[in-house]
Amino acid sequence: MATAMADADFAFVAREVKARSGLVLTADKSYLLETRLAPIARKESLASVAELAAAARLRRDERLIWQMTDALTTNETHFFRDRKPFALLRDRIIPELQQARPAGRLRIWSAATSTGQEAFSLAMLLDDLRAGGRGVDAEIVATDLSERVLEKARAGLYTQFEVQRGLPVRTLIRHFEKVGEFWRIADRIRAMVRFQRFNLLDDLAPLGVFDVVVCRNVLSYFAPETRRQVLERIAAQMTDDGVLLLGATESTVGVSDAFVPEGGYYRRTLVREQTASAA
Amino acid sequence: MKTCLIVDDSRVIRKVARRILEDLRFQVEEAGDGLEALTACRKSMPDGILLDWNMPLMNGIEFLRALRKERGGDTPIVVFCTTENDVEHISEAIKAGANEYIMKPFDGDILQSKFVEAGLISYEAA
Ligand SMILES: C[S@@+](CC[C@H](N)C(=O)[O-])C[C@H]1O[C@@H](n2cnc3c(N)ncnc32)[C@H](O)[C@@H]1O
Repeated sequence: MATAMADADFAFVAREVKARSGLVLTADKSYLLETRLAPIARKESLASVAELAAAARLRRDERLIWQMTDALTTNETHFFRDRKPFALLRDRIIPELQQARPAGRLRIWSAATSTGQEAFSLAMLLDDLRAGGRGVDAEIVATDLSERVLEKARAGLYTQFEVQRGLPVRTLIRHFEKVGEFWRIADRIRAMVRFQRFNLLDDLAPLGVFDVVVCRNVLSYFAPETRRQVLERIAAQMTDDGVLLLGATESTVGVSDAFVPEGGYYRRTLVREQTASAA
Repeated sequence: MKTCLIVDDSRVIRKVARRILEDLRFQVEEAGDGLEALTACRKSMPDGILLDWNMPLMNGIEFLRALRKERGGDTPIVVFCTTENDVEHISEAIKAGANEYIMKPFDGDILQSKFVEAGLISYEAA
């Protein structure tokens, strides 16, 4: 019989998961722990999630703790999610950035990409611009904490259900091929994206500097203080005119002064302006 | 209120689709095959048509080709909704003038998302 998790074990799991991913688990999320962690408990031949948590705590088992962290992140995503950010990129943000650097290459970062839909939406958008005669020289870096979601992203294989959420059918047949029951993203699109495991809580400097950062539907799982820190470190990895896109329910306002809202997206606050006015 | 004609030879599918579309505030009509659908369109062109492929008497693609030749037949937004799920069928449908394409099985989310793509529902309303 499944026994309830002891408070000490819940507190341990919540603390370790937060330290590794930023994800906040409040006590009302215990149902989430139960459903998400049960498969791991089974795989480890443990009788219950409570036993799993106790084992991880008593053994300080790093591998188990990472598995639990991975299982507790939410990976929900779909192609061209919310549409508007992608329309803004196509019609305004990318043309403006391109004009500002006629010979330069744009660097775009999908910062919590999950199973690849977001990164491939960006790549399809660039490919469509190119086909329309507005070629964009760009590099897309797509990262996530979870190796599991990245594996799926790299495979580029999606179910019929997944390709029917957010993808117009013309986009589907232009950029995918059918493989058995699945749809696979075209090699041309896949080659535009570099997937890499990366933790947003780590030092971002190794990733380099970006013109566009797409960091959607991940900060809302973090504590306010973590949100602020991550936003400030993202700002440090952006060009002066760099643009940040957040999830539909997320904002930098009241979280960090590193960005100013600009109608659907965020622009880096110029450090030079801040210091100039201070001087 | 926008109107939508559901064309499918399965009563069960029509019922499921009707419930979803009525929730999306469509006024719904039904037809059991392409011929019935053509008759309905001649009486009054709907804003949208949700169209099955395989049906007796006149199938979906034959209906669509006939519809597009009718007076006013270029106005309805046509969304295929069929178990045919290969690239050839999809391309043929687009060539015949379909606006969107749903591969069965579908649910309310997919139907709504496709109606947005097709322009039958505004994104803000969705
Ligand atoms: C809800 S998905 C969002 C996917 C996509 N950006 C979108 O908006 O559709 C959140 C993703 O953030 C990832 N994630 C959570 N914490 C992270 C961290 N500390 N570093 C990097 N990725 C993280 C999860 O693995 C998950 O795939």
